[in-house]
Amino acid sequence: MKALKFLLKKEFLQILRNRFLLAIIVLIPVFELAVLPWAATFEQKNISLCIVDGDHSSYSRRLIEKILSSGYFKLTSHEPDYDHALRRIETGHANLILIIPPAFEKDYVNRQPLKMMLVIDAVDGQKAGLGMSYLSQIILAYNTQIEVEAGNRTGAFINIKPHYRYNDAMRYQNYMVPGILVILVTMMGGMLSALNIVREKEIGTIEQMNVTPVSKSMFILGKLIPFWLLGLINLTIGIFIGWLIYGLFPVGNILNIYLFAFFYLLAFTGFGLMISNFAQTQQQAMLVLIFFLIIFILLSGLFTPISSMPEWAQRVTIFNPVRYFVEIVRLVYMKGSGIHDILPQLYRIFGFIVVFNFLAIVSYRKTQG
Amino acid sequence: MAMWILNDLLNMKSIISIHHVSKSYEGRTPVTALQDISLQINKGELFGLIGPDGAGKTSLFRILTTLLLADLGNASIDGMDVVKDFRKIRMYIGYMPGRFSLYQDLTVEENLKFFADVFNTTIAANYDMISPIYGQLAPFKNRRAGKLSGGMKQKLALCCALIHKPYILFLDEPTTGVDPVSRKEFWQMLRALKEQNITIMVSTPYMDEAALCDRIALIQAGKIMQVDAPAQVIANYPFRLYKAKASNNYRLLETVKEQDNILLSYISGDQVRLVFKENDRRIDFPGIELEEVEPTIEDCFIQLMKNESD
Repeated sequence: MKALKFLLKKEFLQILRNRFLLAIIVLIPVFELAVLPWAATFEQKNISLCIVDGDHSSYSRRLIEKILSSGYFKLTSHEPDYDHALRRIETGHANLILIIPPAFEKDYVNRQPLKMMLVIDAVDGQKAGLGMSYLSQIILAYNTQIEVEAGNRTGAFINIKPHYRYNDAMRYQNYMVPGILVILVTMMGGMLSALNIVREKEIGTIEQMNVTPVSKSMFILGKLIPFWLLGLINLTIGIFIGWLIYGLFPVGNILNIYLFAFFYLLAFTGFGLMISNFAQTQQQAMLVLIFFLIIFILLSGLFTPISSMPEWAQRVTIFNPVRYFVEIVRLVYMKGSGIHDILPQLYRIFGFIVVFNFLAIVSYRKTQG
Repeated sequence: MAMWILNDLLNMKSIISIHHVSKSYEGRTPVTALQDISLQINKGELFGLIGPDGAGKTSLFRILTTLLLADLGNASIDGMDVVKDFRKIRMYIGYMPGRFSLYQDLTVEENLKFFADVFNTTIAANYDMISPIYGQLAPFKNRRAGKLSGGMKQKLALCCALIHKPYILFLDEPTTGVDPVSRKEFWQMLRALKEQNITIMVSTPYMDEAALCDRIALIQAGKIMQVDAPAQVIANYPFRLYKAKASNNYRLLETVKEQDNILLSYISGDQVRLVFKENDRRIDFPGIELEEVEPTIEDCFIQLMKNESD
């Protein structure tokens, strides 16, 4: 135990001396939290719209006005016919074409069945999907409005008024900030510890340590503890910045996040250790870590909801520790979930702790001559 | 087994015993690093392991310092088995790997203090042991290890290997990449440590350093070719050795390689060294001065190597 004290002293001395690392520890949370939540929003604005108005009536003009006043669309041009409009899509000037048929107003008033055509550039799938759904909603609302004005179906139509629980304003920041906290903890706690161990291998200091009476487990503990702490410090910096910039603070007990983060770090450093056993250089370790990190993050539900993934991908996410942490942080942040609500995820993390660290020990035994 | 014990009893004064140690590394092209090595190193001896790069020196050091397991054979340090008693051994040995292996981002003093801490001791308690060496480092004690010159780094590494008062010291190529003056100083330090009754096993690719050891083992391609005192190794040289000098040594070498009266010919420094098969000392090259010389360790090494390959 005494040896551990000296190892930790040395490790902190090195970390505090490493200006670059210190800058990274502070700057990464600031940058990721100050910039990313604004950029990584799922809201789609400025969809370029091209309109072919075949009717030029007051009804069609009202519809166009309503669409443009929604703020989601940007009118690029009016075109006389479909062929011209299609060229706008082909040249990349428009994302969407709305074609209002001739006799739109007449048919409307006469209560004839009406058909409007939407043509969407689906190269950007998300933009296409959202554009289509925004536009349908607007047209539906327009329809209702006209009906009401005409006194046709007062009170008989369905009026949906959404109520977004736990995120009243549907602010994407509320949703992204907690997720980014997870990435911070993962990078700092999980990746840096692995890289640090490989560094000792790379510069040969591990050889000198190995001839001392310091046991291997003490050595590894001496490596992990500082990074567990750094991970939690980073989490704290992140929470502070989230509050400072976005006024976000967990609705639930903040200690639940720390509790979960602590066990999460135990699991993730086990994963890092496993990689450090196989890697001979920091470069190798870095590449492998980035490979897994990208998979873990893309399949974590941070950007794409897990429920919208295909069946097989959903099954893969079961083996992704990042997923559980993202869930928990969001739950505690927005819904105010308590310890009982996070237990199922916590048990899974216990599983990861056992499996990752077991594999780390086994691979360590195998790779040592 | 019984043989080894008997052997150890007969060699009471030996402190490092190596018995039939072999090691090979697997891979696409498997490498045999050590083949059936047996060695006895005596208490208080300055023992040199002399051989070129890739001869197996580092593998043997790593086995003795408990960092690597041998495939076959066994070894013991002062009666402690390198496999079973590895933890105990680590308390009593000092090891300086061939590559500089201290923390470059820590200062001289911090490195030394850290290794003292790890061995549960203090710099003050062992200061007498390191003082002659540390004395030279003291002016730089607040400098980071990474910013030291090559010679200074070696001195610091030696200090760190000595800080827990080991009585056996393993130095793997301590003078490789160090300037000639620092090399000389380093060997003086080793002699001084030997005075303090420390057994030192040192490896080097520099043949001229061999003469500074009490005994040497010449190692090549994982095999020990000869073990003896340096003077004795030279005395064992079986031939009369001549040196020849020409304006173009390479042309001279090419010429003599064509001749059938020459057993050995090679370039050493600014001369060609020659061993003749019999008394026919004819050289078909104009303007050659031939002179008989005393062989050096290098000459012995080359002759033994030739012997092995024949």
